Amino acid sequence: MSNKRPILSVENLTKVFGGVVAVDNVSFTVDEGEIFAVIGPNGAGKSTLFNMITGVLPSSSGNIYFQEKRLNRKKPYQIAQMGITRTFQNLEVFDNMSVIENVMTGAHITMKTNILTAGLRLPSVKKEEIKTMERAIEALEAVGISDLAYEMADRLPYGSQRLLEIARAAISNPKLILLDEPMAGLNSEESRQLVEVILKMREKGMTFLFVEHDMETVMSISDSIVVIDNGVKIGEGTPEEIYQNPQVVAAYLGDEEEEGVEAYA
Amino acid sequence: MEVLSQMMQLLFSGLTLGAIYALIAVGFVVIYNVTGILNFAQGEFAMLGALTCISLVNMNVPLWLAIILSIVIVAAIGGIFERTALHTARKSSVTTLIIITIGVSIALRGLAILIWGTQVQTLPPFTDNTPISILDAVLLPQNIWAVGISVVILILMMYFFNYTFVGKSLTACVVNPFAARLMGINPEKMSLFAVIVSAGVGALAGTVIAPISGATYDMGMMLGIKAFVAAVIGGLTNAPAAIAGAFLIGILEAFTEGLWSSGLKDVVTFSFLLLILFVKPEGLFAKASGKRV
Amino acid sequence: MNSKSLKLIYNNSILGPIIFFVLLFCVPLVSSSNYLFSILTMVGFYALVCIGLTTLTGYAGQISLGHAAFYGIGAYSSAVLTGTYGLNPWVAIIIGAIISAVVALIVGIPTFKLKGYYLALATLGFGIIVYTLFKELSTITGGSNGFFGIPPISLFGFEFITDTSYFYLIWIFVFFAILFTRNIIHSRIGRGLRSIEGSEIAADAVGVNLMNYKLQIFVLSAIFASVSGSLLAHYVSFINPDLFVANTSIFFLIMVIMGGKGNIWGSIVGAAMYVLLDEILKHYVPMLLPNVGGQFEIVFFGILLVLTLIYMPDGLVPRFEKLISKFKKKTPTNGALQSTISANATGGDNK
Repeated sequence: MSNKRPILSVENLTKVFGGVVAVDNVSFTVDEGEIFAVIGPNGAGKSTLFNMITGVLPSSSGNIYFQEKRLNRKKPYQIAQMGITRTFQNLEVFDNMSVIENVMTGAHITMKTNILTAGLRLPSVKKEEIKTMERAIEALEAVGISDLAYEMADRLPYGSQRLLEIARAAISNPKLILLDEPMAGLNSEESRQLVEVILKMREKGMTFLFVEHDMETVMSISDSIVVIDNGVKIGEGTPEEIYQNPQVVAAYLGDEEEEGVEAYA
Repeated sequence: MEVLSQMMQLLFSGLTLGAIYALIAVGFVVIYNVTGILNFAQGEFAMLGALTCISLVNMNVPLWLAIILSIVIVAAIGGIFERTALHTARKSSVTTLIIITIGVSIALRGLAILIWGTQVQTLPPFTDNTPISILDAVLLPQNIWAVGISVVILILMMYFFNYTFVGKSLTACVVNPFAARLMGINPEKMSLFAVIVSAGVGALAGTVIAPISGATYDMGMMLGIKAFVAAVIGGLTNAPAAIAGAFLIGILEAFTEGLWSSGLKDVVTFSFLLLILFVKPEGLFAKASGKRV
Repeated sequence: MNSKSLKLIYNNSILGPIIFFVLLFCVPLVSSSNYLFSILTMVGFYALVCIGLTTLTGYAGQISLGHAAFYGIGAYSSAVLTGTYGLNPWVAIIIGAIISAVVALIVGIPTFKLKGYYLALATLGFGIIVYTLFKELSTITGGSNGFFGIPPISLFGFEFITDTSYFYLIWIFVFFAILFTRNIIHSRIGRGLRSIEGSEIAADAVGVNLMNYKLQIFVLSAIFASVSGSLLAHYVSFINPDLFVANTSIFFLIMVIMGGKGNIWGSIVGAAMYVLLDEILKHYVPMLLPNVGGQFEIVFFGILLVLTLIYMPDGLVPRFEKLISKFKKKTPTNGALQSTISANATGGDNK
């Protein structure tokens, strides 16, 4: 990764909720092809940050640029159309559809069918459907759950639903995938599987930005890390640099002694 | 003077209507707050109250006793409704819940035809109904009863919710059901209780309006929908605001009917509803904060 | 991979619909009862409305308590344009559909910013406004007295006057509506719609423009309702505002829910159930209680509705499908997947 090209820049981003500053003047830059992690104790402002980047929440001030285009004020669906997709901490699979349909829905922005051509089922529609279906199977194979393709999504175990969300986010060939606490609720076997999937996708050139609580994963797979606490950025760097940053260690030790950095010491 | 007396006249009928809507609207708010369900059968409680009361009076039960009995009977019906329908289906989707309460209201309407037929029935006024003249406008004592009873009941309910233990428990269920359960308050009982109270108050509204506009099996629907509008104007969760909304709707209707067209009053009322929903869905009296849509 | 694999997801076979409609269209060979065909024609009108409504409510999860308004706009457009202005009924149907579509678009833009109860109330209010306008704009609509003398519809000189001929006409419309809608559901658009019901936030995140989708499907369902209303007007030749009250909207929704929201065939089943139930109750209940006047049979209707929703919240057709798939599951086509699932599904299956 010698030719570092920035893909996402967050500049002085701030969010104020009725007087409370949830995110305070945070800046960082994600480079193309890297796995970038945002960590911090509970309530540090990670989710708020995430929601601002994905357009769920408007920012109070500051800017977000994605490939030189400003993201502020864009709606989530517009941000998706620009090439950023995401997964959810509290799983949001479409439980009224089968697994493969979930993934095909992820390909929504890459398709052209409209209500009229769909209703008349023009040959082009059928062609597009078949193509999308094949791509969906490939996406499911990439995360290792293609054998479950025709099951209803809500019947999948928790870990598989997470993988499904990643397949759904990846099928549209986005330039950046945001993962919201991808390890939450997974057992160690499932976590390992997920890490493998992420690393494999990164090899193919995908960029990941993820918010995570589980320090072990963060340290093992991230290229760069930003640490925030009480809405403020308190550290930035490679895993090694973060691990040696006294401010970070203090924030984590002070907040939750049972897990986090201590486990690494 | 002509104009002034006409205005007074319209104001009187607007306040009367508003008082009735207020009683039903408060029922909506109470049930919605405790259960999260918008009960489309609310208007039917008024219809049942009115018709039950009329039957009792026809059986020579004294009027005051008939009113009390009909409130008790309708409250009991409300309780059965909560246990059999609302409680059983409480986890369904909003769409399903809407249809269930609509189904109950259809059933109650059919039941009313079965018992009372389709004829308009009347209830004698609560007291001698000699018109009183104020500024050349005619005021019927029954209108005073309507507004008076409504105001008294509404004040009693405010007191109940803010100052008694059961009332505060209800409010607690709204604010935080989980914490309420930890405090030993049973939200399920509260739901039952809320529906019983709303049914009783709805029945009272029915008995109050029966001497003014008569009572039929299908009176509940429009009463209910208008009270709905009032509750929405009040933001659905805020009882005092719903009451203000009810009087606003009552007066708006009376003036539209008096000054423009009786046929188009529904157009005005519901256009007003749409306007509120589109522009200020959190209610007309809400502070400009948090959104609930 | 070839085109056959799409069948694993969507059953797009045209065979089922064709068999159903051929059988249906054979009914006149075995019966000539006008009563039967008037009933089946009624079912057709309702089914056409419900097919549209089910895409909105069943698939996209958006409630409407105002569809009688579009049914009415179609009916009155046809009535006025043919009865008063002497236009060709087919032209009138199209103009009616365009008016409905435009109204749906204008009303839909602010309305679909709302959700749940607020959406229900807004559509209910819209329906009541339109109903009141039918009643009050009496110079155009004939007001409460209704609109008389709507000419029959004709095609290549053939006039659809008898119940049997109309039965064919309306059901041909239903046939194409079913195919058109099913094609939509089994496509990118259908998945977009269903994703809204599945999870709005995730739909948004994969790039589905929620507002756009809700509007498109609202307009489509308004067009279906409008065409159905137009055809109704030419069938009965006399309409009045009471055909389009709030209760009519409510009954449309009831048909959709009873038949099974999220299933296009559910609209036909729901419409048929409703009409059948209505006829049965109207005929038999008064025999049990002969001394009561009025439509008190609705008491049973209401109770049945509540029971259905409490014990079969998915409606009749999905319930039926579940029964069928129970038998099917015994065959080994899905066996491998089943075992994978049961091996993995240790928990979290409590829905």
